[in-house]
Amino acid sequence: MSGIRIDGLVKQWGDMRAVDEVSFSVGEGTLTVLLGPSGCGKSTILRLIAGLESADGGRVRIGGDDVTRLDPARRRVSMVFQSYALFPHLDVRENILFGLKVRRVDASEREARLVEAAKMVGLESLLHRKPAQLSGGQRQRVALARTIVSKQPVCLMDEPLSNLDAKLRAEMRDEIHRLQRELNLTMLYVTHDQIEAMSMADQVVLLRDGRIEQIGEPAWLYEHPQSEFAAQFLGTPPMNVLPLSSIDATVAGADGAAKLGVRPEKLRLADTGLPVEVAAVDYMGAETVLRLVHRGRALMARVEGRTHVAPGDTLHVAWDPADVHLFDERGRRVRDRKA
Amino acid sequence: MGPTSNIMRHVYGWLLLTPAAILLIGFTHYPTVATVYESLFSKGSAIRPSRFIGAGNYESMMEDPIFWKVLSNNLWFAIGTIPTSVALAIGMALLVNRALPGRSLLRLAYFTPTILPMIAVANIWLFFYSPDIGLIDRLLGLFGLPGHNWLGDPDTVLPAIIVMTIWKEAGFFMIFYLAALQHLPPELKEAARLEGASRWYYFRRVVFPLLMPTTLFVLINAVLNSFKLVDHLFVLTKGGPDNASNLLLYYIYETAFSYFDTNYAATLTAVLLAILAVLALAQFFLLDKRIHYR
Repeated sequence: MSGIRIDGLVKQWGDMRAVDEVSFSVGEGTLTVLLGPSGCGKSTILRLIAGLESADGGRVRIGGDDVTRLDPARRRVSMVFQSYALFPHLDVRENILFGLKVRRVDASEREARLVEAAKMVGLESLLHRKPAQLSGGQRQRVALARTIVSKQPVCLMDEPLSNLDAKLRAEMRDEIHRLQRELNLTMLYVTHDQIEAMSMADQVVLLRDGRIEQIGEPAWLYEHPQSEFAAQFLGTPPMNVLPLSSIDATVAGADGAAKLGVRPEKLRLADTGLPVEVAAVDYMGAETVLRLVHRGRALMARVEGRTHVAPGDTLHVAWDPADVHLFDERGRRVRDRKA
Repeated sequence: MGPTSNIMRHVYGWLLLTPAAILLIGFTHYPTVATVYESLFSKGSAIRPSRFIGAGNYESMMEDPIFWKVLSNNLWFAIGTIPTSVALAIGMALLVNRALPGRSLLRLAYFTPTILPMIAVANIWLFFYSPDIGLIDRLLGLFGLPGHNWLGDPDTVLPAIIVMTIWKEAGFFMIFYLAALQHLPPELKEAARLEGASRWYYFRRVVFPLLMPTTLFVLINAVLNSFKLVDHLFVLTKGGPDNASNLLLYYIYETAFSYFDTNYAATLTAVLLAILAVLALAQFFLLDKRIHYR
C-alpha cells in the first residue's frame, strides 16, 4: 500500500494562502502531475507531502498511514529536486549511496543496489566523476539513481526537467515515465509544462492560486475544460475564447453562456463564417499557426502543412458546433449544449 | 600593423604597469632584498664600522636563547589561537545562519571585536586582567576565590594573550564562513533530511567539506596573523615577564628600535619571512589537493 491521499491541505504564508483546502488522491503505482502556472502552490504541496514544510491544516496519508506530522525521513518517500541537489564534492557513486549510508544499509546490499541503479539509468562508466564533470542530463540521471536505490515506494519530483534543453527533456521524460512503470512507483510530479503533463500523467491536478481548478485524466482536461482558465492553460496555442457579444449572436444560445471557446485546430478556413483579418502566419513545418483578428480580438487557427494565406488577407473561419465550449461570465463551463 | 604601432603597444602596456610596479618594487621587493642584504653585515658603531660577515648573524641567532624562546612562544601562540578561533568561527556562523530572532544583532555582536583596533582591544583586556581591580578578579572575588596577576605570571601570561586573540579573531573568520554558508544551496540540506541524516552527519559529510576553500583561506590568514599581530604586546606586557609573552615580530621591533641592532633585526626578519613563505606554501599544496572548489 503506497497510495497518497491528502485532505483539506492548507499552507499559509502570512496572509497569503499558498495552498487552500486542497484534496486529492494518487493511486498506488500511478503518476499524478501537479500542473499550474508559477505561484499556484504546486511545489508547496509537494514539499508538504515530503514533510519539508509543515501543514497549517489538513492531512497527508501515505499508504493509509497519517504522516502529516511525521519526520520526512520516515514517510517512505524519495524526492528529485529541480536543481537535482547533488553534493558537489562527492562523486557520482557517493552521491547515489549517500542516503543508504545514512540509513546504515549494509555494504554488500549497497553495492548491489548501486550496480542495479547505475545500469538502469546508464551511469556505469561515470561513477567516479564529480557532478561538475557531468552534463545536465547525466546529473538528472544521478538524481534518478538516488531515487532508485532508496527503494521508497513513493517518488516526488519537483520540476525535474526544467533545467534541460528541449531535446534532452523529451528523452528524460520518457526515461522517468519508463522507470515509474518499471518500478511501479507512486509518483507525484510537479511541472508547469503541459506537454509533460499530457504525455506522462495518469491523472492531472490543475492548480490555480492554491486551489484545484480541475482534476482528471489528461484527455478529460483537454476535451472538457471546466473553466476558461483550464481551457486556455492546456493546449498550444491556447483555446480561442471570445465573448458571445463580439461575434454573430446566433452561433450559440445556451442559458447563461457569455463566452465561446474553440480550439485553434478546430477552426476551419471557410467561405462563410466569422470574418477575420490575418495578422501573422507562423509556419512550423508540419503545421502553420495563423494569428487572426476579429474586431480587435485575437484568434489563432492551426492548419496542417503550408498555407497560401498571407498577412493582410481577409477571410472567414468556421467551426463545428460540437467543438464549441461555452463559459459563463465568471469563466465556469456551461453545461454542454445538445447539438 | 607597422613596427611603430607595435612598439607603441609595448610602451602603452608598460605605462599601465608602472604605477603598480613602482609601489610593489619600492615597498615590497626592494625592502625584502635590502633586509636580506643587511643581515649579512655586522652591527656598526662609531668606532667599528659595519662589515660583511656572511652568515655570522645567522650563527649567533642560532645561539640566541631569546630567539628560541620567542619562536617557541610563537608556536604555542599559533597552536593556542588558530584551531580554537576557527572552530568558534564555524560554530558562530552556523548559529547566526539559522533563522532566529535578533539574528542581525547577534551577527553584529560577533563581529564587533574585529572592527576594534588591536590597541583598543588590548586596553579592554588590560582592564579584564588587572590584578585585584580587574573584571576577572572581581568576578572570582564574588565566589571567594583569590585574585591572580594574570599578566605578571610567566605561566599565565601567554594563555591570557591567547584568549584575548581568539576573542578578537573568531568574529572576523566567522564572516567568511557565514558568506560561504549562505552560498550552500538549501536543497542539499533538504535532500539529506529526506534520507534521515542527522545535523552532525550533514555537517560532517556535506557542510564541512564544502567549506574547505574558506577554511584554507582562513587558516592562511590565521597563521599569518599569529606572526603579524603584536600590537597588543605594546599595551599589555611588552613581551614580559622574562620574555614569557614575547613573540618573534615584537622581538624584531625590540632589537631594531630598543637595542638599535638593525643588522640582527634584519636577520630575524629574513627568518620570519622564510617561515611565513614556507607555511603558506605548505598549506596551499597540502590542503589544496583535498579541497573541492566549485
